[in-house]
Amino acid sequence: MPSADTETTDAGAETAVDEGRSALLEALTAELGDALLDSHLIAGKDLWIRVGTDAWASTADYLRNRQRFRFFDFLSAIDWMPSPYGRSLDAAVDNILEGGNPLGSSGLVGDHDEGGDAAAHQASGAGAYAGGETRFQVFARVYSLTTKLGVTIKADVGNLGDPLQVGTWTGTYPGADWHEREAYEMFGITFVGHPGLRKLYLPGDFEGNPMRKDFPLLARLIKPWPGIVDVEPMPGVADEGGDAAGEGEA
Amino acid sequence: MTATQPNVDRRQLSYIAGQAADARVNVELEAEGMTLNIGPQHPATHGTLRLVVRLDGEQVIEADPIMGYMHRGYEKLVEVRTYPQINTLINRIDWLGSFANEVPFILACEQLMGIEAPPRAQWIRTLFFELSRIANLTLFLGDMGVQLGAVTPVFYAFRDREHILNQIEAATGGRFHPNFDRIGGLKDDLPAGWVDETRRALGQIRKFCDVMEDLIVGNEIFEARTRGIGVIPADVALSYGVRASGVDWDLRRDNPVGGPGAGLVYDKLDWKVWTHPDGDSFARYWVRLQEVREACHMVDQLLDSIPAGPIMAKVPRIIKVPEGEAYVATENPLGEMGYYVVSQGGLEPFRVKIRSASFSNMSITPWVLKGTYVPDVITILASLYFILGDIDR
Repeated sequence: MPSADTETTDAGAETAVDEGRSALLEALTAELGDALLDSHLIAGKDLWIRVGTDAWASTADYLRNRQRFRFFDFLSAIDWMPSPYGRSLDAAVDNILEGGNPLGSSGLVGDHDEGGDAAAHQASGAGAYAGGETRFQVFARVYSLTTKLGVTIKADVGNLGDPLQVGTWTGTYPGADWHEREAYEMFGITFVGHPGLRKLYLPGDFEGNPMRKDFPLLARLIKPWPGIVDVEPMPGVADEGGDAAGEGEA
Repeated sequence: MTATQPNVDRRQLSYIAGQAADARVNVELEAEGMTLNIGPQHPATHGTLRLVVRLDGEQVIEADPIMGYMHRGYEKLVEVRTYPQINTLINRIDWLGSFANEVPFILACEQLMGIEAPPRAQWIRTLFFELSRIANLTLFLGDMGVQLGAVTPVFYAFRDREHILNQIEAATGGRFHPNFDRIGGLKDDLPAGWVDETRRALGQIRKFCDVMEDLIVGNEIFEARTRGIGVIPADVALSYGVRASGVDWDLRRDNPVGGPGAGLVYDKLDWKVWTHPDGDSFARYWVRLQEVREACHMVDQLLDSIPAGPIMAKVPRIIKVPEGEAYVATENPLGEMGYYVVSQGGLEPFRVKIRSASFSNMSITPWVLKGTYVPDVITILASLYFILGDIDR
């Protein structure tokens, strides 16, 4: 159910919570104006908003200092490109039967076939909650202790070849420091204004950004997954194979 | 409900202000510092934490934790695994309270699939969640003694934690990695006689808590080395994502996603959230001691009221999570742990962001260690309490 504006689950006890979220969304809309690009509200559950790249840092400032969202939860990034290595659960033998490469793709980084390149260009978070236009997005989450609400904020960062820059949150939430360092090394996103943007986990001379979808998981390339070969039918269930059996039981 | 303002007294505030001022002066005078490397194999670092500190005399000017000696790349690995397989993997994040790692992930998947576990499964889940907390925090309570030079408490901790681990093993088959939670319920029902055995084990833990209170909390050396040391004001703690310093906030009670009754039964129990206004090393120890007692109290109530019924909801044999995003967090032994699951409708998640408690607890160390003295570094690290696997993931 992507990008539906408001999705009403059951009413009743959850209505009160939902009012809080709607009021928050209205306040954010009034404050941010055009910078608030999209939002997604699931009644009684959660709220997602997407802001413009330039408004990323000022949104944090507004939430912390005006809306009293004092608890910084996490900050991270996402790469919306579908993995060029295919579904890792496909057995190598299936790929050969379908005329594909046993690895699911042409192999290593920067060596995609044309289809892969096209996929990389089209990839975006369009189907995600609160939408998205580019391949890379940052997202973060903060809580308000007074209203007991949480909100997830997203922002588009850019496609491959763009500078991939976004403002830092460390001025507002000092705790964003390590989270931004992690996103920097894993996705290659630069947080402008961060006091010491360097690698957190990886060795200093490590090349590449491991969490990008086109970065291969070497363990699976060296020894491909055999695929689902040992699924035994449940007792009393006719073996229709794969999904059909699963849905039949549901 | 408003968050209580921290009641940090003036003595501590002036202490911390003095420390900060000293550190500033040292930096301004360009005092020739000494760089000290603590770890990655130092016993006080609970694993492979490495800390590079720049010292002026005994005082820390700057502390820089070097992470990544245990980075296993779970966020990448889960992208090529099915949801049931991931459950096995995430057991290894915080290895002292493994069951507690499984719960938020399973709850996130259930939320996306629109499944709710039957009441009996929810009860037993909550039960094991609290047992994990006891198993995890008892070790911390003893370990704090070791950091201060008292060796006895940790022996008691290892001895008495075994009672809880035995109970976890009896029901799940695994002492450390139960892998017991399933989407829609639990793997197995409780074995016969388990409830009475667990009551006996809780008695041992209660005795252990009293012993720790005698041995450590009332100890003059302990008080001298922890009171007013490593003070974290509430506002700083919150902006680092740490729950401490008298902030009355607990996801077991205040969960913003779906309310307190989402998948766990804390709203049906009689319990309270413990806080301590000081926010120093002593307060952190004291709160955890009370949390273990509160957990015993909760497990007692849970054992009395396990409802009958099935332990598994009806779920498809091959688990496919519908398209969508969900963030579910729970109050794990070390703090908030959550999973942001992005699914595109397949057998495996598209992206999982793992928000672990120790990562946030540890990220505050450069702030809190600034201006402290070298012996205090050890007690502050011990009182922040982290599991390396939980930081590095």
